[in-house]
Amino acid sequence: MRDKSTIGLAITLIVLLIVGPFLPAWLRFVGTVSLAYALVVLGLVLLMRAGIVSFGQGLYYCVGGYAAGVAGKYWGISDAFALLALGAVASAMVAAALGVLLSRYREIFFAMFTMAFSMILYGLLSKSQALGSTDGFNVVQATFLGFKPESASVKTWLFALTLLVAFGCAIAVQRYLRSGMGFAGEAIRENEIRVEYLGVSARRVIYYKYIVAAVLASLGGGLQAMAAGHVGPDTAYWTTSGEFVFIALLGGTMHAGAVLTAAFVFDLVKTYVFQLSPYTWQLSLGVVLLAVILFLPKGLWSLFDRVRAPREPTSRVKASG
Amino acid sequence: MSAVLEAVGLAKSFGAVTAAADINVTVHEGEIVGVIGSNGAGKTTFINMVTGYLKPSAGTIRFRGRDITGLPPRQVVRAGVSRSFQVSQLFRELTVLDNMLIAFGMLRAERLSWLTPLATPERERDARAVLARYTIESHAASLIATLPQGVRKLLDIAMATVGSPTLLLLDEPTSGVAVEEKFPLMDTVMAQVAAAKAASLFVEHDMEIVERYASRVIAFYDGRILADGRVAQVLANADVRKYVIGTEIHRARPQ
Repeated sequence: MRDKSTIGLAITLIVLLIVGPFLPAWLRFVGTVSLAYALVVLGLVLLMRAGIVSFGQGLYYCVGGYAAGVAGKYWGISDAFALLALGAVASAMVAAALGVLLSRYREIFFAMFTMAFSMILYGLLSKSQALGSTDGFNVVQATFLGFKPESASVKTWLFALTLLVAFGCAIAVQRYLRSGMGFAGEAIRENEIRVEYLGVSARRVIYYKYIVAAVLASLGGGLQAMAAGHVGPDTAYWTTSGEFVFIALLGGTMHAGAVLTAAFVFDLVKTYVFQLSPYTWQLSLGVVLLAVILFLPKGLWSLFDRVRAPREPTSRVKASG
Repeated sequence: MSAVLEAVGLAKSFGAVTAAADINVTVHEGEIVGVIGSNGAGKTTFINMVTGYLKPSAGTIRFRGRDITGLPPRQVVRAGVSRSFQVSQLFRELTVLDNMLIAFGMLRAERLSWLTPLATPERERDARAVLARYTIESHAASLIATLPQGVRKLLDIAMATVGSPTLLLLDEPTSGVAVEEKFPLMDTVMAQVAAAKAASLFVEHDMEIVERYASRVIAFYDGRILADGRVAQVLANADVRKYVIGTEIHRARPQ
């Protein structure tokens, strides 16, 4: 089935792939980083729609980045696809282990546990001399299935790869949100007892969602590490995870496109505000967040719904947009 | 008639408090059993134990010969025992049709789909057909929060029947429902139970409803079974009249 969301995201992807090489380098870099962030937030949105918020997605963002870094530094692997796959496998394994515990918890307990695990990784990496402790280390220049672009054009190729991965995942997530597993999240958020009496294990659904979210975050971490050419433990620090939550609130959890848009807006605002006011940029972002919560509690995406004609019936399951 | 449910020696304690003790209940195929008792008598505790919400402190529960003692609700439901709730358990921010589509997506599927849409034309057609059988299809597009209590109760029960249960446990199906809506609601539910040839056990405070719909009554008192038998026989029992019903039988229908 081809719905409007898939078509819209696919068209946007094609347009960005075409115009990408002609964009200024700084904008391509902001785009790459924001899409890397968006990948993490796509996973976070899956959890938030199930009524749980992770303040520790930085854990998998970090695992994805360090997997790319370590594989390049110690094993000589430079292929971008292989580096991303390694990060995804590593994250899935960590999430499969931690998820056994975390899927039992909800609300603030889930949030605090996720943050705690992320901070444990931060602590370990900060003390690890072999991995550059608090400074981190450089990541090898990426190659693409045997193709080794010139240094000057690597970031353009990485931008294209990031576009493909982020939009591909956004399309898959958007389809997932409309699936039985996707709506199981909303059902769990609204009434976990009923879900159990409909023959479904809420804990198992949360477990799977947590692993999927971890894999998405690791892809973001790997792409960001390759684009920046560096990885450090601050990617696991709780403020990084906080930025992912910020983006999710900014865009809302209604649509994968909201996440991509919000991540770009966030990085653009952050870049400009940081240049204009390097010491108070967090204050400015805080004001933005406050305004969104007050005036757009369902995020920027709700602006689209306001523009559209009111739809009756109000079925969310049937809506395909 | 063969037994579908055999609960033997069920007991449930919460610390020093005994909520249920020595509960022995057998329900046969197609039987409609009324359960009466004052608040705290152990009726809901019994339903919660049978459907896996509470693990019994002692005793066994067999459903169609299979031991289901201590199984979680999702496994009990998939085995063929379903239930409704005293307070309707619905997805409040979704529409009636959405609630039913989710019920179909979960109960009628072996496993949840990951990428195929929950709403398919076939599933919507089936969902609407169930809503029509329960006389609530006109509310399909309404959000749960806007619905009257009677519609919520019917939807709660309708969702429980999506998996075609062999045994349907109804916890106070008419509580909170307007007096004039109680009999139409029970008529609708019992017609569906009869059509499905399922057995049903319903908890009820309204003796007129018990008299009309049950073929057998179990009276609970203080966590134990006080009487179990034919309706007229149990309602005439001196202990039941003293401890459960009171001297004046509560009637739902205005005189």
